[in-house]
Amino acid sequence: MSPLIVCEDLWKVYRVGDVEVQALRGLSVTINKGEFVAIMGTSGSGKSTLMNILGCLDQPSKGRYQLGGVEVKGLQPDQLAEIRNRQIGFVFQSFNLIPRTSALENAQLPLMYRGLPLKEQRAVASAALERVGLKGREHHTPTQLSGGQQQRVAIARALVTSPSLLLADEPTGNLDTRSSLEIMEILEGLNRDGITVILVTHEVDIAAHAAREIVIKDGQVLSDRPIHHRVHS
Amino acid sequence: MSTFVWLTIMTALRVLRRNRLRAGLTMLGIIIGVGAVIAMVSIGEGAKLAVQKQIASMGANGILIWPNYSMIGGVRGGQGAVVTLTVADAIDLKKKIPLLAEAGWSRSGTMQVMSGGRNWSTTVIGASPSVLTIRAWAYSSGGPFTQTDMDTAARVALIGQTVVDNLFDPGEEPVGAIIRLKNVPIRVIGVLSPKGQSPSGSDQDDVVMIPFSTAERKVLGTSFLGSVGGVFASTDRAEDVFDAVDQIREVLRSRHRIQGDRPDDFIIRTQIDVAKVQEGTSETLTGMLLAIASVSLLVGGIGIMNILLVSVTERTREIGIRMAVGAKRLHIMMQFLIEAMTLSMVGGGIGVLFGVTAARLTSIIAGWPIVIEGETILTAFGFSLVVGLFFGLYPANKAARLNPIEALRYE
Repeated sequence: MSPLIVCEDLWKVYRVGDVEVQALRGLSVTINKGEFVAIMGTSGSGKSTLMNILGCLDQPSKGRYQLGGVEVKGLQPDQLAEIRNRQIGFVFQSFNLIPRTSALENAQLPLMYRGLPLKEQRAVASAALERVGLKGREHHTPTQLSGGQQQRVAIARALVTSPSLLLADEPTGNLDTRSSLEIMEILEGLNRDGITVILVTHEVDIAAHAAREIVIKDGQVLSDRPIHHRVHS
Repeated sequence: MSTFVWLTIMTALRVLRRNRLRAGLTMLGIIIGVGAVIAMVSIGEGAKLAVQKQIASMGANGILIWPNYSMIGGVRGGQGAVVTLTVADAIDLKKKIPLLAEAGWSRSGTMQVMSGGRNWSTTVIGASPSVLTIRAWAYSSGGPFTQTDMDTAARVALIGQTVVDNLFDPGEEPVGAIIRLKNVPIRVIGVLSPKGQSPSGSDQDDVVMIPFSTAERKVLGTSFLGSVGGVFASTDRAEDVFDAVDQIREVLRSRHRIQGDRPDDFIIRTQIDVAKVQEGTSETLTGMLLAIASVSLLVGGIGIMNILLVSVTERTREIGIRMAVGAKRLHIMMQFLIEAMTLSMVGGGIGVLFGVTAARLTSIIAGWPIVIEGETILTAFGFSLVVGLFFGLYPANKAARLNPIEALRYE
């Protein structure tokens, strides 16, 4: 299997006042296409920083990051935006839907920035909402939806561009057990369809849905091992 | 891109609808600014048009010559106190200056005019027939008096609309009727078309015109045969007026034996002089009001900038989300620019309605003439757009430069 993500000796250093914080300290990791990876670690371990870099929201201070064979380091903000739009889908802990805007319009958003005709945007977004089980709720606004449903809208939004990489940052952090399970099932389904899923979590039983577990500590990989006892296999 | 612009406009309108009061208050400056521009320009243009009409009514190439005071042994009489202009002057001017198309003369006085049981105080003008041509009088009925009338001192008169209104019943035909001036019966042979107010505000239609000879010998009388109240001249072409004025001055000074640097005993005015003063006044007024309107637009623009800065802060997280799903800087910038322009355009639109209504009301209440031009409306509207664009740039740029990670984390 070919690698989707290649990180070599990633460093991220930033200053908070006079203090220099080393969030990543020479982290290296390779993730292949079609993998389902859980990244774990305590707060302050550097996992959020890693997620931001993997998601092309941030740039490493040093080191190499290749996504799909393309070197990301050194790209301009607009080029990063293009990569996010074409290749990456985000799912956040706090859903991050645009308030007072319908589920359909939220799901359409990435396609709008891609410049697709309105009809096509609607068709693709509707299909994505149907896939996450929200058919009939296209015109509900976030406040009219439950947490689980909002997260499913967010997943639909991540799906509309057919990304190669889905980044889920604590996707179940704000959800009850039942909704969490539903979301994880959707993610597993997407992974089975060939999308690479990277899941950031600190809950062991959520991480257990993945096939590989990478633990980060102090900005470095502490352990990297496959998970054999998958809950639904 | 067009889909994006369209969707963004819809979003902007939705945001405006949601914050109706806030949007309304923000737009107030633009509304007042645009409204003021349109109202003022409409009124200003109306005034200008009225002046132009008046110039046309006086004959655009007209030159007026009045007697000035004369100084006799250090005693200065008032204007026209001494006979300084005569019929002979006028005839000589016409003869000596080829540039002049016409030269005429007149004398006037205020008098009671009677018809049937009614009477009316009006200005009686005794004029040479050429005055009728120079001042470009038209006739709503009947026609002018002629050189023959002049030669025979015929008892014929042309009367203005105001005189008609005051001496005759509505619908009654004045032409052919006999009016009396100082008990001299005079036949009305024509009604002058209304000209309205003169630039100085007097009613040009409150007039009875009779041949100069008739006035001199039978109606107004004279203490010095041939003295006139004013000489009227005109040139064929407007550009010759100023040359003609110089030549008139030369001829009259020589005829009146005024030597060296002694002052003229006459005053020469052209219609262009009169018009310039009028136009200058209305332009000053329009300019001042435009300055006020600009200040209002400026304040409106600052209001828009302020509310957009608030909006950018309020929606930082939304900006972060948009960036995360692939919005480029230009997309974010355009979103806020479109929002600013929507605000200013809606404000501009309301301002247009407001301005047109204000101009109409002014015209109805004060009776001022107004001219509402599409060009004015477009310019004012365009201005509001530019204001929106200009004052939207800073907040839009601020939004576009947000760091996506910090924006996403913003509470």
